[in-house]
Amino acid sequence: MDAILQTEDLCVEYRTRGLKAEFKPALQELNLSVHAGEVFGFLGPNGAGKTTTINVLLGFIPPTRGTAYLFGIDVRQPIARQRIGYLPEMTYYYKFLTVEELLRFYAKIFKLPSADAERRIDYLLKLVELEPARKRLIKTYSKGMQQRVGIAQALINNPDLLVLDEPTSGLDPLGRMKVREIIQRLKNDGKTVFFSSHELGEVETVCDRVAIINQGELKTLGRVDELVARHGANLEKVFLDIVGYQSQPAL
Amino acid sequence: MNTVWALTGIVIKELYRRKDFYVLFVLTALITLAAGSVEFFKDPNIVRYVKDLCMLLIWVSALLITIATAARQIPAERESRTIFPLLAKPVTRGQVILGKFFGCWLASGTALAVFYLFFAVITGSREQHWPVLDYLQAYLLQWIMLGIVTAMTLLGSIVFAAPSSTVTILFIVVAGILFLGRHLNTVALHNPEPLRGIIYTVYFIIPHVELFDVRERVVNDWGLVNWLDCGLAALYAAAYTALFLLLTWLAFRRKSLN
Repeated sequence: MDAILQTEDLCVEYRTRGLKAEFKPALQELNLSVHAGEVFGFLGPNGAGKTTTINVLLGFIPPTRGTAYLFGIDVRQPIARQRIGYLPEMTYYYKFLTVEELLRFYAKIFKLPSADAERRIDYLLKLVELEPARKRLIKTYSKGMQQRVGIAQALINNPDLLVLDEPTSGLDPLGRMKVREIIQRLKNDGKTVFFSSHELGEVETVCDRVAIINQGELKTLGRVDELVARHGANLEKVFLDIVGYQSQPAL
Repeated sequence: MNTVWALTGIVIKELYRRKDFYVLFVLTALITLAAGSVEFFKDPNIVRYVKDLCMLLIWVSALLITIATAARQIPAERESRTIFPLLAKPVTRGQVILGKFFGCWLASGTALAVFYLFFAVITGSREQHWPVLDYLQAYLLQWIMLGIVTAMTLLGSIVFAAPSSTVTILFIVVAGILFLGRHLNTVALHNPEPLRGIIYTVYFIIPHVELFDVRERVVNDWGLVNWLDCGLAALYAAAYTALFLLLTWLAFRRKSLN
């Protein structure tokens, strides 16, 4: 099977500030491959290196060593991002624009023909239920609505790979359900989804495979059902075992 | 180029939706209106002096608008984190810089055009004299000069930590070049080595934005500058603008965004 997303011995080191500057590893020789049509969960505790990995994949930070590919193209080349959609953890959009203007702007970046862009914008605004608010400035939206703007912009180019960075973080149950439905719909359409999350129940429900990282190191990688069967427990227990969590004795 | 124009459109849209942009604009327009309307004892020297003041005000306001706009572009994208969904698309950092540059340059050009139009209408209606080509030439030269300032400010916004420091430093540098730039070679002659060499180096390195200042000609009605000289000045400005944009790209292209 072709790998849509691949990392080879990916390392990222940060230089600490101060008089005694040191190099602190954020990612250590990460090897991952995500195949076409699968929903891949990328798990780890806070500070494990999930967002760093996504930042390298999207070209925000250069790797210290190793390489990463999207659709076989080195991520340092912008064309590697032509067929992906990205939903950041928080809502970072031009708040002086309306959602319609924002989507039109991103459609121009993807060089969508004008008529196709308008059709796509109409479809996405209906999908994320922002049709009645399409002429309002984004700064007047609630947090949930802004998150839905994020979903719409991530799908503007009908991406083959969707990268979601903790997509349900801070959302109410309805918002979470909406995101889950969209992931399921993309999966049914044969799209590939790569997402980092803390919601292990959600990951167990929608993911085909998961990778768990801790302190920048890949701890395990495999099919969700196999991991669960091997450990004889649910994904949450598997996760806690792998990251070495030990419960405190009762006070 | 499609991406660059899309980014340019966003910069312009942001400017006209931000209210603070209009404050300086209205203030300059009001002062120009007031000063241009006054006829002090019908003395031509005083009228010329007032016109000179109005032109100076247009220069200062245009510089302030340009520097303040360009200085906040990239830092604001990073601070509000809108740069992340943008760069997650097939957009290069070079395109971001070019889009920001054209957006700021077009916006400052539009503001400048309105200032000149206002000035021309006020003075023309008082004096019944319409040197349209003089105003057009002065406008074009100043706008070309603002291209260099925009590119310098974008570089400053990558190098300096905060937009406020970029604005302060760039305004001082540009004002310094405007007032002292043409005298630096004379100053160098009156100094011993090695100071003379240093001042000469500075004289030959800095972009001489004062070359684009034809206020005196407009105020005193000295006629047009040769258009060929204007063309050469435009090439000079294009070379400096390209250099500053290249330096901005070199500073920004490998910068970690997190």
